[in-house]
Amino acid sequence: MIRSEILREIAPILHDNLVVCNIGLPSQELHMIDDNAKNFYMLGTMGLSSSIGLGLALAQDKTVISIDGDGSVLTNLGTLPTIANNVADNYILLIVDNGSYGSTGDQPTYAGKKTKLEDVAKACGCENVVVCKDVDTGKVLQEAIDSKQMTIIVTKCDSGNIKLPVITMDPVVIRDRFMKAVAG
Amino acid sequence: MSISKKIVDDFVANDVSFITTVPCKQLAGVIDEVEARPEIFHIPSNKEDEGMGLCAGAFMGGKRPAIIMQNTAIGVTINTLATLTQYYRMPLPMLISYRGELREPVACQVEMAVHTKALLNQMNIPTYHFHKESDADELDAILKYTFMCNKPVAILTDASFWGGYGDQ
Repeated sequence: MIRSEILREIAPILHDNLVVCNIGLPSQELHMIDDNAKNFYMLGTMGLSSSIGLGLALAQDKTVISIDGDGSVLTNLGTLPTIANNVADNYILLIVDNGSYGSTGDQPTYAGKKTKLEDVAKACGCENVVVCKDVDTGKVLQEAIDSKQMTIIVTKCDSGNIKLPVITMDPVVIRDRFMKAVAG
Repeated sequence: MSISKKIVDDFVANDVSFITTVPCKQLAGVIDEVEARPEIFHIPSNKEDEGMGLCAGAFMGGKRPAIIMQNTAIGVTINTLATLTQYYRMPLPMLISYRGELREPVACQVEMAVHTKALLNQMNIPTYHFHKESDADELDAILKYTFMCNKPVAILTDASFWGGYGDQ
């Protein structure tokens, strides 16, 4: 499966939760599949999906799922020690690991070579790290939500993209409706 | 009252309850004070752009955030300030140690000091410069201004403000 197929499959699970979605194609795909106020789309700032999600989870009680990519986690690798040392049991980091920088033309990442992000996360002190196959993402994600324990999921999938338009929503509109959903 | 305590009192009085920090020698006292306050969730960052992401999330979760960092971080965070904090119009008080100013013992710090105000100006970031201890009397108003206008706002605090570097 490629990332857009995983997102389509887990969309019903994501729908009931606050989602912070990574820049570029992941946000465009989620926007196309199930645009709703509980989705925060990143329009820029590669690497900070996990940080924004953690800050949100620490600030309020609802479950927060950060959708990130292997390339973006590598960009902000310092996020993993911060997550490990500031446990928020309403926080799930879902790393869609396709071993490539999808939005920029599928250049290989080091996660697609020797680096194992699940091992990095464990070495940083993250306690619940689950590796799964693309087809099991929904099941693993639901289990993580139900466990009410902070969980890092690394789902291994194929690289590949679908063609779709950029998000043209105004960022302040995205932020404002998201904050209303958070508070609601 | 120590200046560090006064600064953190102003944060607390303005409901700032989520503060991320990247350390600087000049900021050690204020970071200790942040850590000591039960009203504040203190979350150290490994890098300042990461910290701004944490602050963006905390803000959307209903908390008033702040970041405490060194001016060298302006070089690290330009993209985050432009495409996250400013683009989504979020407030962010930035208490910044202004290294490389008068009484600075480390020559390399001057290399970012000479760019600091120019970069903040280029980013249209409201910037205040605390040089004397009494300048901190404006902090309360600066915090109110930040959360009124939903912008990142810089508060540069130089070595003279902190009383020099002590023994080197």
